[in-house]
Amino acid sequence: MADLLFYITAAFTVFCALGVVLNRNAVNAALCLLLSLVGVAVLFALLNAYLLAVLLVLVYAGAVVALFLFIIMLLDVRADQKRPFKLVSLIASLAGLALLAGGISMLLTRGQLSASPPPAAAAPVGSVLKSYAELLFTTYLLPVEIIGFLLLIAMLGVIVLCKKFESLEDVK
Amino acid sequence: MTGLNEYIGLSALLFAIGFFGVLLRKNTLVIYMCLELMLVAATLALVAFSRFNGILDGDIFVFFILTVAAAEVAVGLAIIVALYRRRQTVQVDELNSLKN
Repeated sequence: MADLLFYITAAFTVFCALGVVLNRNAVNAALCLLLSLVGVAVLFALLNAYLLAVLLVLVYAGAVVALFLFIIMLLDVRADQKRPFKLVSLIASLAGLALLAGGISMLLTRGQLSASPPPAAAAPVGSVLKSYAELLFTTYLLPVEIIGFLLLIAMLGVIVLCKKFESLEDVK
Repeated sequence: MTGLNEYIGLSALLFAIGFFGVLLRKNTLVIYMCLELMLVAATLALVAFSRFNGILDGDIFVFFILTVAAAEVAVGLAIIVALYRRRQTVQVDELNSLKN
């Protein structure tokens, strides 16, 4: 049952990811990204990381994709809908994709990834909320504080980036 | 039973698709979406490693990646909006001030 669900979700996620890349319309690409993220969230749930699945849907699908859609509507980019892909960039990106896929398949076939046995009988470690909190507030306390500071800096940066242009337009 | 290999393969495939999109597309916003796709593919690999090794550190790392990604999207989209106001375009092949 879980196998079937994995393969269905994997196919769905890859299909939607291809939709992000190949869709001419930026709004459609953003909605494909949303579906792909929901697929990854289902995979997280299959891996027993329920909290991360919920967070992925909340943060990515809720905030990030909404922000993308907002900016697409704000900028009103319609110029590239009719523009075909350039042959040079198509060849270059296909070559890059082939190199990356070749390297990864070498890693998968020759590596020792399948050596570690899946702890099926052990308690699913990602499904207990308490263990997350324990790690976050003991071992990873300093990174949590740094991340909080980083969010503050990002907020200040966004304010500065937007405010500067308003003042420039006022000067004009 | 799906093992670690399947999850890592799927993660690699998603990463490769995102990489393909970054190279292929000319619209800055779509390139940014493909970057997000690559980031999510990396988090999938981390969660799979964490689950199959029975430790939680990978999951915690995904927390931090999600936070950094949210901050990055906010700043990056602000930069794109500022760029559009200055140059009236978001196509990367028209942003060639440094070319000559």
